[in-house]
Amino acid sequence: MTVTDTGASNLSAAVEGRPVPTGREEAWRFTPLPRLRGLHQSVEGAAQAEVVADLAPELRLELVDTASLPAASGPVETPAALALAATERSVVVTVPREAEASATSVLRITGTGTDRPAVSHIVVRAEAFSKAVVVLEHTGSATLSANVDVELGDGASLTLLSLQAWDDDAVHLGRQHAVVGRDASFRSFIASFGGDTVRLVPTVEYSAPGGSAELFGIYFADAGQHLEHRSLVDHAVPHCRSDVLFKGALRGDAEAGERGIARSVWVGDVIIRAAAVGTDTYELNRNLVLTDAARADSVPNLEIETGEIVGAGHASATGRFDDEQLFYLQARGIPADIATQLVVRGFFADVVARLGEPEWEQRLLDAIDGELGFAPEAADADQEDPQ
Amino acid sequence: MATLEIRDLHVSVETDAGDREILRGVDLTVRSGETHAIMGPNGSGKSTLAYSVAGHPKYKITGGTVTLDGEDVLAMSVDERARAGLFLAMQYPVEVPGVSVSNFLRTSVTAVRGEAPKLRTWVKEMRSSMDELSMDPAFAERSVNEGFSGGEKKRHEILQMQLLKPKIAILDETDSGLDVDALRIVSEGVNRVKESGEVGTLLITHYTRILRYIRPDFVHVFVDGRVVAEGGAELADQLESEGYDSYVKAAAAS
Repeated sequence: MTVTDTGASNLSAAVEGRPVPTGREEAWRFTPLPRLRGLHQSVEGAAQAEVVADLAPELRLELVDTASLPAASGPVETPAALALAATERSVVVTVPREAEASATSVLRITGTGTDRPAVSHIVVRAEAFSKAVVVLEHTGSATLSANVDVELGDGASLTLLSLQAWDDDAVHLGRQHAVVGRDASFRSFIASFGGDTVRLVPTVEYSAPGGSAELFGIYFADAGQHLEHRSLVDHAVPHCRSDVLFKGALRGDAEAGERGIARSVWVGDVIIRAAAVGTDTYELNRNLVLTDAARADSVPNLEIETGEIVGAGHASATGRFDDEQLFYLQARGIPADIATQLVVRGFFADVVARLGEPEWEQRLLDAIDGELGFAPEAADADQEDPQ
Repeated sequence: MATLEIRDLHVSVETDAGDREILRGVDLTVRSGETHAIMGPNGSGKSTLAYSVAGHPKYKITGGTVTLDGEDVLAMSVDERARAGLFLAMQYPVEVPGVSVSNFLRTSVTAVRGEAPKLRTWVKEMRSSMDELSMDPAFAERSVNEGFSGGEKKRHEILQMQLLKPKIAILDETDSGLDVDALRIVSEGVNRVKESGEVGTLLITHYTRILRYIRPDFVHVFVDGRVVAEGGAELADQLESEGYDSYVKAAAAS
């Protein structure tokens, strides 16, 4: 397969005549379509998802008729196009020019049930030389098809954390597209823990040279969960850089048959087009398999149309939890469950630390602990860690 | 006063060709304050003894008993053994990426002591122990054993021994791969623990070199899965000059 097959087709968001995914397409072959409650076919009668904003005082919030916005840029898959067409109002958050946000801004998307599909469209505009951190916090129970559009002006710096802390029954399809301006710096951080089926497609394009995009992700798939992340970085202008780093843990339940399988998919596409000289890109996916009844697919794709680049690389590794690590820690008196917690936290530590927001880093660590069956901060040894 | 008693211990490992017996009836008693050296050629089962007592799942106990102050060690999980006062300094310590030395040590000390040490005294305790082993304070922030040199790994093992203050410590080829300076530093660390506490020490080694720094009270010669000769420190001197050949031949002939 080639990178362009996966998503770069269908640049228009028009709904007419779009093919409905069947599961035979490269982009949908891993996705359990029957579990999507029809989200991939139709969002007729969809509710407008409620978004509650808690923004830093420097930021501006508007509700805008979705139809009045310019056509979505970047790759738009059919379900995302359907959702955009069904969305009445977009939540537009603006970080004004040269403004530096004094606090983290949070947009809370709280699901209220799965029986009716819901759609949402959030736009984050970081104007030139602004700086902000925005969190999208997904909780509750939902069948959501969501679009997120991010624009960074010249020299803007934006960190966007998308936290999927859904209830067990949620289904979430999400398109998250960023357009990175001249010398702008975009940091996307995706953290998927909850939900029955989550399929997120973070994509990046650059509108001018000098841009930087970092796509970080962590996920923890439990028994019966399908967590899928498909990133695409499209380098079409010179001298931009990108860094993609996703790490996932899987813990299935071998006793529970088919429904006990923990499932994760990471597909990382990077295109370096002929014009994109001076590109510097790297992508890495690592999976930690804690039990039997787990399957992690990891597919890096790199398509290079010019040799005039700084660097391009990718790496992918999926490994089992190491019994020798467990023995070593237990031989120092540490009970098996705490030892597992240490190893898993250690596995995620380098990615979590890149968020740079202590309160939210803690939230992510707590979520990891929760996946392992620990109450938040069960390991009080860490709370007052001397360093 | 603690006593580790190993009686008629038989241990097998699974191989492609079926179970293979490695320990064939080991008897050994180690008491607080005593230092025992177990010496033997490669493949004689010395490390198997160490890992079996620590509870590594790879080794199957097929007979015999191991008790610590009368408690059945073989019935305990690996972590229970450590909390009961057994310590194994490993020949090849395992890397644990993303877990800092300080976090690891504090979690371990908390588990073994049964309560978290007070933050202020803990930092001081850790720092002074590291200082004694000539370890840079920055070491505490590195991931456990990741990218450590051979000498750093062994120092880190002895640092844990200093902090955990075990009743019985088994040192599995702690001297291997160390240059003279590192060997001296590590040996001094072991001697400090011996002097300060009530630890009984079981030194497993192929070479006599470390015994110049840590004087044993008893030397056991280990060949083909059992103890074939016992004596005092003078036995080590004899092995130094004559090697294991006579013991290996005797074992083969029996």
